[in-house]
Amino acid sequence: MSNPQAPAQLAKAGASASLEAAHISSLEELERIAKTLRRDIVTMIGRAASGHPGGSLSTVEILTSLFFNVMRHRPSEPKWPDRDRFILSKGHGAPALYSALAETGYFPMEWLSTLRRLGSPLQGHPDMNRVPGVEFSTGSLGQGLSVATGMALAARMDKRDYRVYALLSDGECQEGQTWEAAMFAGHHELDNLTVMVDANGCQLDGFICSILDLDPLPAKWKAFGWHTLEVDGHSISELLAALEEARSTKGVPTAIIAHTIKGKGVSFMENNNEFHGKAPSPEQVARALEELA
Amino acid sequence: MAAFPMGASTREAYGKALVELGRENPNIIVLDADLSSSTQTIAFGKEFPDRFINVGLAEQNLMGIAAGLAASGKTVFASTFAVFATSRCYDQVRVSIAQTHLNVKIVASHAGISVGEDGASHQAIEDLALMSALPGFTVVVPADEVETPQAIRAAANTEGPFYVRCGRPKAPVVYPPDYHFTLGQAVLMRAGADVTLVANGLMLAPALEAAAALERDGIDARVLSVPTVKPLDQEALVKAAVETGALVVAEEHLLHGGLGSRVAQVLAERRPVPISFVALRDTFGESGKPDELLAKYGLTAEEIRKAALATVRRKTT
Ligand SMILES: Cc1ncc(C[n+]2csc(CCOP(=O)(O)OP(=O)(O)O)c2C)c(N)n1
Ligand SMILES: [Mg+2]
Repeated sequence: MSNPQAPAQLAKAGASASLEAAHISSLEELERIAKTLRRDIVTMIGRAASGHPGGSLSTVEILTSLFFNVMRHRPSEPKWPDRDRFILSKGHGAPALYSALAETGYFPMEWLSTLRRLGSPLQGHPDMNRVPGVEFSTGSLGQGLSVATGMALAARMDKRDYRVYALLSDGECQEGQTWEAAMFAGHHELDNLTVMVDANGCQLDGFICSILDLDPLPAKWKAFGWHTLEVDGHSISELLAALEEARSTKGVPTAIIAHTIKGKGVSFMENNNEFHGKAPSPEQVARALEELA
Repeated sequence: MAAFPMGASTREAYGKALVELGRENPNIIVLDADLSSSTQTIAFGKEFPDRFINVGLAEQNLMGIAAGLAASGKTVFASTFAVFATSRCYDQVRVSIAQTHLNVKIVASHAGISVGEDGASHQAIEDLALMSALPGFTVVVPADEVETPQAIRAAANTEGPFYVRCGRPKAPVVYPPDYHFTLGQAVLMRAGADVTLVANGLMLAPALEAAAALERDGIDARVLSVPTVKPLDQEALVKAAVETGALVVAEEHLLHGGLGSRVAQVLAERRPVPISFVALRDTFGESGKPDELLAKYGLTAEEIRKAALATVRRKTT
């Protein structure tokens, strides 16, 4: 891929005697990683000539915070029983997840250039049976939180202290199932469960506020029994602080509403719904990579 | 080999047909679930904003609202991708639309593996099985831009719940401009006496190509288009069994519960003859280019041809 100074295999480089991925705390370094993820995303979707750039780019700081700082995980041992779980409920954001997994060393960087190709493990939507590190298969929106809830419940039953993170789109907050799961997690006081909502204000056909408004979204999560926080979803420091607060919050699950910009980082994709599900042309990829240099 | 000119996708043909119907019939309401730019209902929405509702990302609610509107006398078209229009909200369709036998026309786009790169989660391969299983549902799979508008018109003008399956890719034009679609009727596309190739939707063009190839093999193949999967044109199928003694059914769907299963059920009861099936065999799809996937999963003219040769050999004379 086009990332010469990519922190590839960071996990191995920074890992202690254990196999655990490094917890990078330098904001500068994390921001550099975020930029690398963005370059990966644009490059791989461009090469595939298919995919969802907008909703991948809006998640980058969230994924960077989780995979490179917050989560306890072992890229060389993806099924480690004590790993924190991450479920990309908004499955069409797969390229961002694939980049994070490759950059932490779950699989070779070369896989990224096979995105969406026949025979590639990197399917258009994440497939847990093909890709190490993909915790659960998604693609049909609105199902991920229920699954995350089941995993959080299992942790409690098994007396394990891993945490479960689910990344939802704001569009998914229109699906009834999301609220069935939210009600359940609130009722069962699943404080090992954290939801991040990628609140980019856009869905496929246009703006959330004109199609089916979610406002007031934080109040809705609160009403379902969740500790609720709002952050700038492109501020890694705010994300890290919120995730720390989620970890120390006992007795209730935490929902972090991350306000983001769809297409973030590429000027001509930002808030441009044309790039929800359309790949950039080779020229557009080149322009985007210049901006992300 | 018969080559067909490329036409609009069936979803594009649907979008256009809806606008025309909307102009004629003020009672038509169109609903979509955040995919109107893909299903093509967006054109109707632009021309008739008061009769178009984007319900958001909420397929179960989509079907419930459709039922409520239909129970209030509206003719409702409800659209989203085929996976989300069927399995994502099946009980809502079953209880609120099928059991009630309401005037809801579910027209789904992006059916089958020809969806391509989005992969398994977005490729409906069982939708015909699900929708045909529901008592009282009419199920139609149009093939091209000539047939689709007529199928949509028939749905609008016929009481009761419909499922119409449309596709994502551009579709070859297989019908002549003067083609006349009749609900519930099979269409003889090509006469033949040795074997009958039965197909619809995306598989109709390969079936016709296979028939041309079989001619070079010395096999005289009939091609029967069966756009209405339910109710099935039993007489045309029995006639084909009697006159050609062997059938091949080709479809972009699982072997189980689709056109092939339904044809086999009818003929097992009324005129057992050798039948072969060109279909997906107990597998989900995956990411890839539509043509690559169709080739990988054997949904091609060549596979139909091979199946026909094998089936003809199984005939008892
Ligand atoms: C159940 C379901 N319905 C419809 C779709 C098709 N679809 C893909 S993305 C999308 C909406 C995108 O908006 P949002 O969910 O907010 O995602 P983001 O803005 O983060 O890309 C839709 C309707 C789907 N994947 N799943
Ligand atoms: Mg969104």
